[in-house]
Amino acid sequence: MKDFKLTYHRFSERSILVQWPQEIDENILKDVLIFKNHLTNLNIESILHVNTAYNSILITYILTIDNAYSEFSALKEAYFTRISNKKSVLKHWNIPVCYDDEFSIDLNEISKETQFSKSEIIRIHSEVIYTVFFIGFLPGFLYLGGLDKRLFFPRKNIPRLEVKKGAVAIGNQQTGIYPNKSPAGWNIIGNSPLEFFNSKEISPCFAKAGDTIQFVPITIEEHNRVLKAVENGTYNLESEIIDG
Amino acid sequence: MVEVLKTGFYDTVQDIGRFGVQEYGVPCSGAMDLYSAKVANTALGNSITEAVLEIMIIGPKLKFQCTTEIVLSGADLSPKLNSKPIKMNTRIRVLKNDELSFGLRNYGCRAYLAVKGGFQTEFVMNSYSMYKTITKNSKLKKGDQLSIFENNDSIGNAFASLRIDNKHFNVNVLDVFKGIEFGRLSCLEQQVLFSTEFTISKDSNRMAYQVNETVDNKIEPIITSLVLPGTVQLTPSGKLLILMRDCQTTGGYPRILQVSEESINRLSQSVFGEKFRFKCID
Repeated sequence: MKDFKLTYHRFSERSILVQWPQEIDENILKDVLIFKNHLTNLNIESILHVNTAYNSILITYILTIDNAYSEFSALKEAYFTRISNKKSVLKHWNIPVCYDDEFSIDLNEISKETQFSKSEIIRIHSEVIYTVFFIGFLPGFLYLGGLDKRLFFPRKNIPRLEVKKGAVAIGNQQTGIYPNKSPAGWNIIGNSPLEFFNSKEISPCFAKAGDTIQFVPITIEEHNRVLKAVENGTYNLESEIIDG
Repeated sequence: MVEVLKTGFYDTVQDIGRFGVQEYGVPCSGAMDLYSAKVANTALGNSITEAVLEIMIIGPKLKFQCTTEIVLSGADLSPKLNSKPIKMNTRIRVLKNDELSFGLRNYGCRAYLAVKGGFQTEFVMNSYSMYKTITKNSKLKKGDQLSIFENNDSIGNAFASLRIDNKHFNVNVLDVFKGIEFGRLSCLEQQVLFSTEFTISKDSNRMAYQVNETVDNKIEPIITSLVLPGTVQLTPSGKLLILMRDCQTTGGYPRILQVSEESINRLSQSVFGEKFRFKCID
């Protein structure tokens, strides 16, 4: 396993931030997740919670940290003795998305500016296998890596006050799905009928960091049918195990 | 039950927050001024984890449908029981059909109402704290019935009031640690940050406090990373966002300062127009 050069910082009275090199990279993601799982498996009593983003881990302790440097050493030792745990199974998800005019309110503008036809944009957007880097911003909002450069498109100058639950959008170099009604600065190109966040479930989000997803174009009739099935709890979202 | 006869400006049920679920993008939430919420619970003999009502600036009108005991702590919003003024930070017996109302704000921004045994409202992801898309209700509505326990135990001779240090309601100086990206500011920008007197803006809420003044900066946005309540972000236009309890779990603006826990509590008791300076305690 390659060791990255990590930096350790005191973040607040009760938390420490560990940072990887500042770039978005799947190898960094893998290492971040290995270290996170390793820390979780060590069951260190003083640690309340560990959370991750692109290239950082935030470790929150139960009590105020007395001596940050002794915690840094303990974390460094944990990092250099980390073992990859095969128990954390990564999955691939196919996410149905309807790109119909009813939902894709910004597709015309992107088509006009990028010179790609609407169907080409849909094809490019749904061809890529995206990696889930982490969940943040809103409950259930997946940070996805892998958007095709041809679809990079600036955020809206004036954010919309509200977009529909399930809105699929592009903002700068990223694409994502709004898990609930929300104000939004990204360009809306479709809608997914799936439930991306359910606070009543033990696992409130079906996807997790390290998983992959692909968008599958569906018709508006199919969208309605899936939406009803999701609401009735009869929709069966299929996934396949991928080799992490 | 407690019935909401009239809502205030922004009333929510809060506890010490929602932990262990930030990896799903769920905010910590919890009482903005955790210190005052703990005082209210502790004075009643409750566990500090019980749910209290957070009442901001203009209080609601509440009707108790059973006998219990209450304590109000935090901001003094001239609380009245059946139109008669009652003391802050004091255990008070409340009888069936009693009405609790509020008047003018004397000091502070957020009052906390604790009831014996805590409010028994919707409990989601290990917390009673209200938050849009997590709990059904994101704030109190007229006609809501909040479940509480009936309690007929005699208070005995508990006439004493807790005295809270006035300094808790003084926001002149906020204690801060250097943030992760603090070092990217130039010396001049760092100086400006610690010498400027900032004014709390109207756009302050449970997600973030903002200030009217800006800090010129040339630092680039960062790759989206983790943030916490108390994190001070600097936007490209020089606006400062002081993240509070309902903040997002991640953000892409440089994190230049981290406000201490104690100072987050004090900042939560300040209202727009008040002025403060940052003091580095690193």
